[in-house]
Amino acid sequence: MTETLTIGKALNLGLRRAMEDDAKVVLMGEDIGRLGGVFRITDGLQKDFGEDRVVDTPLAEAGILGTAVGLAMRGYRPVCEIQFDGFVFPAYNQIVTQVAKIHARSRGRLPMPIVIRIPFGGGIGAVEHHSESPEAYFAHTPGLKVVAVSNPVDAYWGIQQAIAHPDPIVFLEPKRRYWEKAEVDTDATPDPLFASRVVRGGDDVTLLAYGPMVKTALQAAEAAAEEGRSIEVVDLRTLSPLDLDPVVDSVRRTGRCVVVHEAPVTLGLGAEIAARVTETCFHSLEAPVLRVGGYDTPYPPSKLEEEYLPDLDRVLDAVDRAMGF
Amino acid sequence: MRELVSEPDGSAVPSVTTEAVDPVPGAGAPHLPQQPDLVQLLSPEGERLEHPDYSIDVSAEELRGLYRDLVLVRRWDVEATALQRQGELGIWASLLGQEAAQIGAGRAMADSDTAFPTYREHGVAWTRGVDPLHVISLFRGVDNGGWDPVATGFNLYTVVIGAQTLHATGYAMGLQRDGAESAALAFLGDGATSQGEVNEAMIWAASFSAPVVFFCQNNQYAISVPLERQSRVPLYQRAAGFGFPGVRVDGNDVLAVLAVTRAALAAAREGQGPTFIEAFTYRMGAHTTSDDPTRYRLASELEEWKLRDPIARVKAYLSRTGVADAAFFDAVEAEGDELAKRIRSGTVEMPDPPGTAMFDRVYAEQTPPLAAQQAEFEAYQASFEGAGH
Repeated sequence: MTETLTIGKALNLGLRRAMEDDAKVVLMGEDIGRLGGVFRITDGLQKDFGEDRVVDTPLAEAGILGTAVGLAMRGYRPVCEIQFDGFVFPAYNQIVTQVAKIHARSRGRLPMPIVIRIPFGGGIGAVEHHSESPEAYFAHTPGLKVVAVSNPVDAYWGIQQAIAHPDPIVFLEPKRRYWEKAEVDTDATPDPLFASRVVRGGDDVTLLAYGPMVKTALQAAEAAAEEGRSIEVVDLRTLSPLDLDPVVDSVRRTGRCVVVHEAPVTLGLGAEIAARVTETCFHSLEAPVLRVGGYDTPYPPSKLEEEYLPDLDRVLDAVDRAMGF
Repeated sequence: MRELVSEPDGSAVPSVTTEAVDPVPGAGAPHLPQQPDLVQLLSPEGERLEHPDYSIDVSAEELRGLYRDLVLVRRWDVEATALQRQGELGIWASLLGQEAAQIGAGRAMADSDTAFPTYREHGVAWTRGVDPLHVISLFRGVDNGGWDPVATGFNLYTVVIGAQTLHATGYAMGLQRDGAESAALAFLGDGATSQGEVNEAMIWAASFSAPVVFFCQNNQYAISVPLERQSRVPLYQRAAGFGFPGVRVDGNDVLAVLAVTRAALAAAREGQGPTFIEAFTYRMGAHTTSDDPTRYRLASELEEWKLRDPIARVKAYLSRTGVADAAFFDAVEAEGDELAKRIRSGTVEMPDPPGTAMFDRVYAEQTPPLAAQQAEFEAYQASFEGAGH
């Protein structure tokens, strides 16, 4: 069956499917029950699955993740909603010292199939701590996996795949794109969760993005096409592990690579990708791998976020620089 | 209140003192029985006492069993400390002085209950049938604990202070959902009560009426920092603020700990929610073998606590009542020597893990990049083979 869904509704339906498929799936978070979450991603789920499976938790993020660990030890599959990216840090200790390590330190006896859903990124005019991109902290932590969805199809399938996966996954949702629509075929066979995907073919430059920046990258490619430049766009989809095979194939053809993300550039995902691409594609590169991202400042007040966030022009500027080498 | 104190040079300096709140009633008192609110069933002199809320009926065999537990875990602990001094262990966290708290709590558990320990609960590990060598391997640096947490109902040690209290609470929420008649037993120390996560665990436990018991061994020090820095009220009174019962028990009295913990676990299993138990005890040794307690506490304090030794009082009681004779005590000593021998040889002979072990089980489904790193590592290691290394 094919439906037109927003990313938000696709997540809601995906969560519903996952809960129907496995009675051990438990949703936990602040305001996710009666209210349906501040973004309504869990709308209607408590009504249909009950308070034991859609848990309105006390207001404490470490508590959400710490009790999720215990539930996982008891055989449950907790799906934790962190209300906004900037509020994940009270839970950071549990995520990094416990969730990420328990499978290894128990030598596989205690699996941690926990999904940590985080609406991330800026562009919604919010106050501080509501617009951040914390992916590198988690991608840097062995034991975690990190994915970012960019469209309703990946949202619908990705959340189900993440919940069914045996390892802990930080699941990043592009909050400013929650209302973007697309056709979703709910009978299709989905792409694997941990795979990058070429979303637009091109020959001159390989443009890498994930989450909310995929749309920006596609817009940039469209604009560049009008000027006769052919840009290949790759939606990374998985940030840890990285799936760079499609990227390497692409860069070996184009010889140029630009990485875009909202997070600050220094030691962001782009830094790792630049290193990897350089190591594997050195002899094919016509230009250094360039990065476009947030500046190394705290996320600014919202009147400045348009200047802070990479947009079509900054991406095209980087493409120009890559072509200029 | 503020008062002025004269300095030797005659100048007055303000000095801040607090109101007359004794944060640890009885801590400085010579005789614990006079401490109010302390549950005690066996005095330091080995006299059997009755308590209106907590009675216990233990058979002669159980009493002898408890004594044997106490002696053997102390023997294990002494041997491990010696092994560390001889360079066989990287570090050891001694339980010396806390044997009764741990044996009492561990023996109060049903088989289907699950313990969530800190890194010092060797006595509880013992009661769950964990091989001492599987604990030693952690402190030797071979692994992060070699026992099976599921089969033993004894979770892996947790080193980040207090994190395990949330795990216990979440696990208890799982028990609730499963309709299981079991409980979780969360261990923590006095220092951990300052942690945000511990407070969150108690809020969660109360809100969901989770079948979890918080067992706090107040051994008076968080490494070097005394309890006064952690709390201005007796710890067991904290529970009232969260909305569940708190009990202070003589942590050096194995019978009282057993009785109080049994009651709390039974209440949890019956759906009455959490209990906070403060086992009032003393860490007679150092925090770990890396610590030097002479820098922060007086020798006289230790001498005072030696009079409340958790093992001596059981031995006195067993002797006086004729429940055990010299032959029994000798046999337990001999068993302790055998255990120590086994621990010593098992430790010294413990093989180092293979280098590839660090790559094992990082994930349930290993990632291609990590598999590639492992292959690089193996190739690098192999490059030395036959090169005289």
